[in-house]
Amino acid sequence: MSAAQHNMSLSGETSAKLSTTQKVATGLGWTGIFIFCLAFFNPELPPTFLWSALTFIALGVIIFANDQYLGKSAGVKNDGIWFRSMTARGILAWGTGIVLTLFYIVLYWFPQYLGYNPDGANSGLVALFDPLSRLISGQPASQWFVYGTLYTLAILTFGYKFLLKYRHNKYEVLRTYSVMFFQLGFAFLIPEILMRLNQPYFNPVNIWPLNYDLFAGYKLSEFFSAGNIGLLMLFFGLASIFVITPILTYFYGKRWYCSWVCGCGGLAETAGDPYRHLSDKSRSAWKFERYIIHTVLVLVVVMTIAVVYSFLNENPDQFWLDKNVFLLGSVAFLVLLFGLIFIFKRHRLARDAKKGAIISLSIVLAIIAVFYFSGMTYGYLLRQWYGFLIGAAFSGVIGVGFYPIFGNRVWCRFGCPMAAVLGMQQRLFSKFRITTNGGQCISCGNCSTYCEMGIDVRAYAQKGENIVRSSCVGCGICSAVCPRGVLKLENGSLHGRINSDAVLLGNDVDLLDLIREQKKATRDPHSSPFNS
Amino acid sequence: MPTPEHVVIIGNGVAGITAARHIRRISDKKITVISAESDYFFSRTALMYVYMGHMKWEHLKPYEDWFWEENRIELKKARVKKIETASKMLFLEAEEKMSYDKLILATGSVPRFLGIEGEDLSGVQGLVSKQDLELLEENTRKCRSAVIVGGGLIGVELAEMLHTRNIPVTMLIREKAFWQNALPLKDAQFISRHIESHGIKLMHETELKKINGQNGRVRSIETSSGEEIECDLLGISVGVKPNIAFLEGSEIETDRGILVDEYLQTNVSDIYAIGDCAQHREPIKGRKDIEAVWYTARMMGETVAQIICGKPFKYNPGNWFNSAKFFDIEYQTYGNVSANPEEDEQHFHWEHRDGTKAMTIAFDPASSTFLGINTYGIRMRHEVFDRWLTEKRDLEYVLRHLRQANFDPEFYDRHEKEIFSSFKENMMKPQT
Repeated sequence: MSAAQHNMSLSGETSAKLSTTQKVATGLGWTGIFIFCLAFFNPELPPTFLWSALTFIALGVIIFANDQYLGKSAGVKNDGIWFRSMTARGILAWGTGIVLTLFYIVLYWFPQYLGYNPDGANSGLVALFDPLSRLISGQPASQWFVYGTLYTLAILTFGYKFLLKYRHNKYEVLRTYSVMFFQLGFAFLIPEILMRLNQPYFNPVNIWPLNYDLFAGYKLSEFFSAGNIGLLMLFFGLASIFVITPILTYFYGKRWYCSWVCGCGGLAETAGDPYRHLSDKSRSAWKFERYIIHTVLVLVVVMTIAVVYSFLNENPDQFWLDKNVFLLGSVAFLVLLFGLIFIFKRHRLARDAKKGAIISLSIVLAIIAVFYFSGMTYGYLLRQWYGFLIGAAFSGVIGVGFYPIFGNRVWCRFGCPMAAVLGMQQRLFSKFRITTNGGQCISCGNCSTYCEMGIDVRAYAQKGENIVRSSCVGCGICSAVCPRGVLKLENGSLHGRINSDAVLLGNDVDLLDLIREQKKATRDPHSSPFNS
Repeated sequence: MPTPEHVVIIGNGVAGITAARHIRRISDKKITVISAESDYFFSRTALMYVYMGHMKWEHLKPYEDWFWEENRIELKKARVKKIETASKMLFLEAEEKMSYDKLILATGSVPRFLGIEGEDLSGVQGLVSKQDLELLEENTRKCRSAVIVGGGLIGVELAEMLHTRNIPVTMLIREKAFWQNALPLKDAQFISRHIESHGIKLMHETELKKINGQNGRVRSIETSSGEEIECDLLGISVGVKPNIAFLEGSEIETDRGILVDEYLQTNVSDIYAIGDCAQHREPIKGRKDIEAVWYTARMMGETVAQIICGKPFKYNPGNWFNSAKFFDIEYQTYGNVSANPEEDEQHFHWEHRDGTKAMTIAFDPASSTFLGINTYGIRMRHEVFDRWLTEKRDLEYVLRHLRQANFDPEFYDRHEKEIFSSFKENMMKPQT
């Protein structure tokens, strides 16, 4: 094993080299980034520098992508991925990861170093973006406007690269157009334009609990003071999570959000695509994932209940809703939800899933009881800590900063509470699955390697079982890289969707019947998936 | 409690490992798998992807390393030198011995060579094992050009691998077109065109005549048409043969492979052979006596597990299916499509104008029964074709319901209508 690995790294270089055009394109992109760095020294750059920096970066990525994919046959383009320093955790990857991480730290906690000044004129990098910000929202830029612009630029340019790379695969093409559209329109332009119109900053597709601030006190005040439009936004926010999301997830799986709409998913699928193979596929990573993502979900539920409770506590006469009625209502809703799941779906829950659910519910109820009886409101404190730990450190610093090391979906897989909610729906109430094609799997491992969510797709495919996993975001890459046409993302009937007693087609039919019986007999449906 | 029976499996490929897994599921027998090739089971079909940089070696392992201990399957890295059937004893390297109660031989294949002088030169190799892959890394370190002999599945894999390292490749193909001993001529020509579009030079109806060496290394080759081609690497991919050399002098009866009956048993009791190394004394109708295919190896593994655990099933695989990939074009086949059809088999061939999709459907002209399909660049559902073959559907039924069998990703262009009208145009015209 080690010998093969050693050999690979020595002679693999031929396919990892950059062409001259690609070098020029890389230079162009870096020139754009250099201009941004220049802005740190506050030399009062004219607006031309902003436009040229954005243009250089966009051109760099576009020229690079054209040279890499255009004029070449359409098909799987993963040659040399594990030989390149940038995509195989080499020195370039570490360097990029560290620079990104530092950028996030400054962005979240030290925006003044970027030149952000809430009390006067901006300077530095933020000032460089002022002209663009004024053009769209009529206001000077903030560090978040800088970030939003770069984020959108990344999704659009690397989206273009992705479109060329997967141009033979219509599912990938449409999906990528979709994330580019939602990022540019919904995440970037609409909220800025709303600001111009003196309305609350609102991105309709940033849904709670991913958007953990939606019910924060300042946000609620903003909505209520914005009249009908504000109420409409609040109503849409509630409908998104409680009505629209369950319906769409029932029909299409969580992919409708995670890889067609969501901005985090959008960045992961475009700029993050070259790192998708770095996700950890081990069983221990899966265990860790289940603990951590559901912990975040518990935190966000508790935090949100606390901020709403605090808000009602501070404005007791403005609303028909009493703070204690709200708490009791939340308890009733959660108990009802859990009750219904346990009554109707208990046969789909493994023992450890049930245990986890009961513990989570008990913790949430206990904390609500503390609120109720102490009357104390920890809303601001909880929100502050959640924002620091989860909103900034987890989703930003670790989630994106570590793309080149841990892969492009670290946040989506381990942290996103929205993904946790959608995942439960996908596993329990959805028509979506990845179908395994009879006995055609050759266990090659391309599917597992390129699964950004770290799902061991092959483990299912080589047993003839469909893949129905909470974490699957339906990116479709496993199906795209499969050399034997084994995997297909489908929405179909609920019957037989999860087929853990499936056998591989091809052998004597009576023998296969016997094997199916043996598989059923040795597989306790209530046992943990970790015990297979 | 009596000590459980000891089942020893020689070979940790898909045949041996499938047998081990299934025996474990239904019994408490002690299981040992011996391999000299690798510590753990890996997917042989994916060796190419390591060389191409799509995957690392660890990704080739279909089960994590904890799997074997948790499932009480002992893995032993050793080479078996000799089998003493009378005392049920294996003799391993370094004077080690191991006794068995039941023995499963799943030793797979080794590359077939042509018996031409110069095949022992360095730079001449096949591609079957992990060691072959490591050798290829060595051999292509300063490789300026390569020649591959043989137009088959390993040959095209080799070509694709070398292509990713920018090594110019010339392939010598005995037939009129690529893999034409297995594919109908039009299909084979379609594949030839696609491979050539990737810049691979194909020399059809050409064989290897002579290998020229220099300082113990291959320098050039001469073809049957008298052409001399320089090369630093000569890939031999004219097929594989059962890996049975270590059985010489044992009681176990062999021909080209290890001879087995319908219960996969050799002439010696308690010794079975499965996968590439097994040769069926009486092959099932329409099938070859030796089938070196991933899927059949797996099925023999499933079958032998039941036989050893007291459920004596005859090896009786269902409808034939197979798959491969030629550069960007995926190939699937269900049922039988003969390379050279006889009177009782007629073909309908369709090609998409962009040259990346094609289909050949075989049927019986007398009864118009559907016999089989080759499909290129269009994925099909195994389950649907398996059912249609079992139900002996007629051609028109298959063509009318082709959409049901489609397995392409969502939003892909569909071609059923075009295929159907092309069929009506070409096949239903009154014969004059």
